[in-house]
Amino acid sequence: MNKLITISPSPHVYEDTTVKRLMFDVVIAMLPVLAFSIYFFGMGAIIVTLTAVVSCLAFEWLIQKYMLKKEPSITDGSALVTGILLAFNVPTNLPLWIIIVGSLVAIGVGKMSFGGLGNNPFNPALVGRVFLLISFPVQMTSWPVPTGFSNSYTDAVTGATPLNVMKEGIGMGESVSAIMDKIPSHMEMFYGHMGGSMGEIAAVALLLGFAYLLFRKVITWHIPISIIGTIAVFTGILWLVNPESNADPLFHLLTGGVLLGAIFMATDYVTSPMSLKGMWIYGIGIGLITVLIRVFGAYPEGVSFAILIMNAFVPLINAYIKPKRFGEEVKHG
Amino acid sequence: MLKTFPKGGVHPAEGKYSANSTIEILSLPKTVSIPISQHIGAPSKPIVAKGDKVKVGDKIAESTGFVSANIHSSVSGTVVKVDNVLDSTGYKRPCVIIDMEGDEWNESIDRSSDLKKEISLTDKEIINKINESGIVGLGGATFPSHVKLSVPDGKKIDVLIINGVECEPYLTSDHRLMLEKTEEMLIGIQILMKALSVNLALIGIENNKQDAISHLQNLVKDYPGIEVHALKVQYPQGGEKQLIKALVNREVPSGALPLDVGTVVHNVGTALAVYEAVQKNKPLFERVVTLTGKSVKKPSNFMVRIGTPVTELVEAAGGLPEDTGKIINGGPMMGKAINSLEVPVVKGTSGILIMPFELSARKKENDCIRCAKCVSVCPQGLEPYLLNKQAQLEKNDKLETSGVMDCIECGSCSYTCPAGLPLLDYIRLGKSRVSQIIRSRKQ
Repeated sequence: MNKLITISPSPHVYEDTTVKRLMFDVVIAMLPVLAFSIYFFGMGAIIVTLTAVVSCLAFEWLIQKYMLKKEPSITDGSALVTGILLAFNVPTNLPLWIIIVGSLVAIGVGKMSFGGLGNNPFNPALVGRVFLLISFPVQMTSWPVPTGFSNSYTDAVTGATPLNVMKEGIGMGESVSAIMDKIPSHMEMFYGHMGGSMGEIAAVALLLGFAYLLFRKVITWHIPISIIGTIAVFTGILWLVNPESNADPLFHLLTGGVLLGAIFMATDYVTSPMSLKGMWIYGIGIGLITVLIRVFGAYPEGVSFAILIMNAFVPLINAYIKPKRFGEEVKHG
Repeated sequence: MLKTFPKGGVHPAEGKYSANSTIEILSLPKTVSIPISQHIGAPSKPIVAKGDKVKVGDKIAESTGFVSANIHSSVSGTVVKVDNVLDSTGYKRPCVIIDMEGDEWNESIDRSSDLKKEISLTDKEIINKINESGIVGLGGATFPSHVKLSVPDGKKIDVLIINGVECEPYLTSDHRLMLEKTEEMLIGIQILMKALSVNLALIGIENNKQDAISHLQNLVKDYPGIEVHALKVQYPQGGEKQLIKALVNREVPSGALPLDVGTVVHNVGTALAVYEAVQKNKPLFERVVTLTGKSVKKPSNFMVRIGTPVTELVEAAGGLPEDTGKIINGGPMMGKAINSLEVPVVKGTSGILIMPFELSARKKENDCIRCAKCVSVCPQGLEPYLLNKQAQLEKNDKLETSGVMDCIECGSCSYTCPAGLPLLDYIRLGKSRVSQIIRSRKQ
């Protein structure tokens, strides 16, 4: 034998799944959402997405190259995912510079300050989003009205989201049925014909993405379903108790960021628990906190906060919620 | 629904290229190097010296304890020396080296091919015969078989499990053996049943060996108490604990043995060896070995004398392919990469796999993205990502409480990791450290 052969411990074969492939599968799953957003919001959606993606990639590259002095790894696709998710979480009329600031916070503070991909405790896109929400509350809550494709960007006509209308209406003592007349029907909401952040409006597109992620085995169903189930059950109970001052569960699921959060944000590998039992606890926690904020809190929407709060519990969940080991329960046949 | 184990598992590409190659008898090698330690337990003690003449089947090294095994000559000829030779572990180990002259068998061996169905020996005699014949687990673990048959007082075995799963990709030696040595193997199973005084034996076979399953199902009708069960194609179906769980739904407790849940597991190859030892007085000196790989000209199954250098098998299968990048003793999931073709075939060699260059490299390593895939594929319900970290940081006490000793080293975690992390490498390291600590605690 005159050639070198490899000596390494087993196993000697590997699944072809790579980090890059997983990330690009997430990107593919987000494409239907992007398409619906462009259809409803036009140029604004394109400008916001491009700005967020380019600035996230740029900040990742700059920080890795000049601050961490290591080989940039922007081709792994994780910054691309963060960029698209950040864009999905903001209104499509947001000024460019605010998006760039959001990207810097998402990548710089949310991800790189902890050591990059795999080490961040909080979902980077949500860190950026919540930073912007707190810093620029006016710009972050002026929602363009979905008019079909148009060339308007920051000059878009704005209006309130269904969740806003609901919150204000209930605050003023109006009945839910009266409020419902002022907002889009459930069917319109399902197709995304309502105001809101660019990626959260079209339930149909989000569910399509969910199906793709499940089909490609990128995620398991546990986190999304536990979140959606918890919100449905919790709001369902409130609705049954008093339907005149509480919206129905379907309204809660179709509005705001529930589906976007449950499918694309809460399932972020790095910031979600490792065991199935842990995933259930995490999902139920997100669902409960979301409803608490929506119904009893000051903000009309609480998915982002709920996910970030539960992100903080993930290390604790991982430390105490263990998978059941083989042979742990002693059974004698 | 096919039976299977309840948690984890992966499904690597099967690559069973040699599944249709009938077992060929490999021509005798000029020289054999027979290691004196081919089993788990104490190495045996050579009882021959330079210049001694031996016949096929003569004992050349003696068991040195309860957990040890006799070694027999696989050729007839002259002992050249007892020396250290590189074996598949990558270390030089003592071997008895014999130059082949003719093929003269020990007279006590029945060389006829007549099927001998009548089992005349008693259970104690069977166990002694198996011990005397140097039979060890031929699935790869090489645990001395007589030890598994000597059930301690107070334990009751009610079912014998026969492992014909062959869940390792590429390997086909058990598959061919089940097709071609079927009756011998079934009688071997009856002998094992008699030795254990059980009335039920379950043969588990992965569902990708349809021909073997239907062939056996036809034949077991004449063998009362033996059942054939098709199992889902899912690695590591052939893991002892996984197989027991799949077939009889009993969970071997952490740290315990199959006999604690009333079962004993033997491989199909072991059953054949038992038949030959008990009915034909033939000690274990040859076995079926698969020689396979994507670029191998003639993927084959050979009947090989123990001690034959691997290179003889490679030549018989059409020579070493141009693009060879790795040579593995065993299957791709649990086999060991070897660094020389002069390594001898031993009792535990179920196959030699030759991997082409492009499949030999590991995946590029990235940081862990905490995707939890390793947790979901672990058949033992462990958290490989955590064990990996704890082993790297040498947190031995934490490793122990995290269950590192329950790891069966199946490699599913490393196989599946999208970040290409060598999880099992570190887990093995941690496991060996922890087992040292446990041992020192007992002293």
